[in-house]
Amino acid sequence: MSSRIESIKKVWRKGLNFRLISPKNTQRIMKGVFWGAGIIAILILLSVVGYILINGLPVVNLEFLLSKPIDAGRGGGIFPMIVSTIYIMLIAVLIATPLSVGAAVYLAEYVSSKSKIVKVMIFGAETLASIPSIVFGLFGLAFFVIFLDFGWSVLSGGLTLALMALPIIMRTSEVSIEAVPRSYREGSLALGATKWQTVYRVVLPAAIPGITTGVILGMASAIAETAAILFTVGAATRIPASVFDPARPLPLHLYILATEGISLENAFGTAAVLVIMVLVITIVTNVMVERYTRKMMGQ
Amino acid sequence: MKYKIETTDLNAYFDEAHILKDINLKIPEKTVTSLIGPSGCGKSTFIRTLNRMNDLIDTFKMNGTVTLDDEDIYDSKFDVVELRTRIGMVFQKPNPFPKSIFDNVSYGLTVHGMNDKDRIRERVEESLKAAVLWDEVKDKLDKSAMGLSGGQQQRLCIARTIAVNPEVILMDEPCSALDPISTTKIEDLIHELKKEYTIIIVTHNMQQATRVSKHTAFFLHGEIVERGLTDKLFIEPEDKRTEDYITGRFG
Repeated sequence: MSSRIESIKKVWRKGLNFRLISPKNTQRIMKGVFWGAGIIAILILLSVVGYILINGLPVVNLEFLLSKPIDAGRGGGIFPMIVSTIYIMLIAVLIATPLSVGAAVYLAEYVSSKSKIVKVMIFGAETLASIPSIVFGLFGLAFFVIFLDFGWSVLSGGLTLALMALPIIMRTSEVSIEAVPRSYREGSLALGATKWQTVYRVVLPAAIPGITTGVILGMASAIAETAAILFTVGAATRIPASVFDPARPLPLHLYILATEGISLENAFGTAAVLVIMVLVITIVTNVMVERYTRKMMGQ
Repeated sequence: MKYKIETTDLNAYFDEAHILKDINLKIPEKTVTSLIGPSGCGKSTFIRTLNRMNDLIDTFKMNGTVTLDDEDIYDSKFDVVELRTRIGMVFQKPNPFPKSIFDNVSYGLTVHGMNDKDRIRERVEESLKAAVLWDEVKDKLDKSAMGLSGGQQQRLCIARTIAVNPEVILMDEPCSALDPISTTKIEDLIHELKKEYTIIIVTHNMQQATRVSKHTAFFLHGEIVERGLTDKLFIEPEDKRTEDYITGRFG
């Protein structure tokens, strides 16, 4: 009996030896492949950001940040552009976040995931997300600027960017709401909480890290959008006094400086400031999300 | 003996699958009733029918009646929020909320509109003491409940349940994810709680059923094969299938 098992084992061992590459080496090679892919991705990011910073930072100083442009941007600084950027971004986020989180809660909590309306809404959001931004710009021009008569203004630009951020925030929020374990919901309902109390007090707080990431993604893609605001926000180099004033956010300023051959130097300076703004926002929120998660999960 | 919960000809289905078949069971007040039986026999579905937790599942259908103090809980006039306040539930896997220990216990109070801070604090302390957890957590009430051990989390879930002062507590295999020491603590706790509450416990552990419960019902393939006093059911079962199960011949 035991000799038969031995002979079977021998055949197996021999069979295993027919592999071209040993399991150990497969492991090593694949580790190398994925490591390489990761390193390349990081290198690309570093070289793009590095190139912009190396060319841009020499122009950036306190005066550049805090003064108005002179002679269409040949001289002076970019203070009004920084203000406009923040202004427009805030409007976009304040409008897009409640709408898209609301829609996400509806999709994730209030309708069965098999129902038609969920499929239609997700299809709609995905299509919306893949529409080229210049088309959004055109729509913003026709609808907000002309039809609603908001003119070329911070409001028109902010609303157009909100439309663009909407599907991104909605999808990320929906996914993170759905990822909240069912046991939390059951625990809450079993205590006699209503559905809304469960959503508001248990599910949403647990989904906040994911929702925040979505908002940041939406914001980062909105802040960097030139085409969508090109037609909607005007190009005024003044600091906008109200939401109905035209403005010139950083990406638009950068575009004008570069395409009209005004000052490539200042264009790089503007780009550097834009990149740093995006980086700072991303890093700060990441740290905050991390801290919140750690407190929530007791680590 | 007063009966707290009664089911009459209860049938339950998920889609086409017939999970519970003509269940007629009376649960006596302020005692512990165990439900035993092999996996998939319908005991979890049964207790989730008692607090209408199955309503959350789209494919669930049922007929027959379930009464709490002679009131039909599936009647359209019966408020499901009130039902779940009167019938609390402890789940198989400890499921504290990702909130502080204090907020976990006060949650049930605040969702029912209690907003007097002192009374909430008092009630949280009482509940944690009743769940024999107070001494272990009193210095870290503001820390996340997720940092507690599994056994502590389960006692926290029991504290959270008793905080809203239910009449019945359903326990769905409350010790299956816990180590023996935590299990002993929960069982001791059940002995304390039965003075105040009607307890229904689903368990896979037959020693546990004999240790904690006065009555036992044996479920098999969605039917109740045998029910009665725990002592009798385990010592001289009437049905051959019960005997086979409790002696470990299957399941």
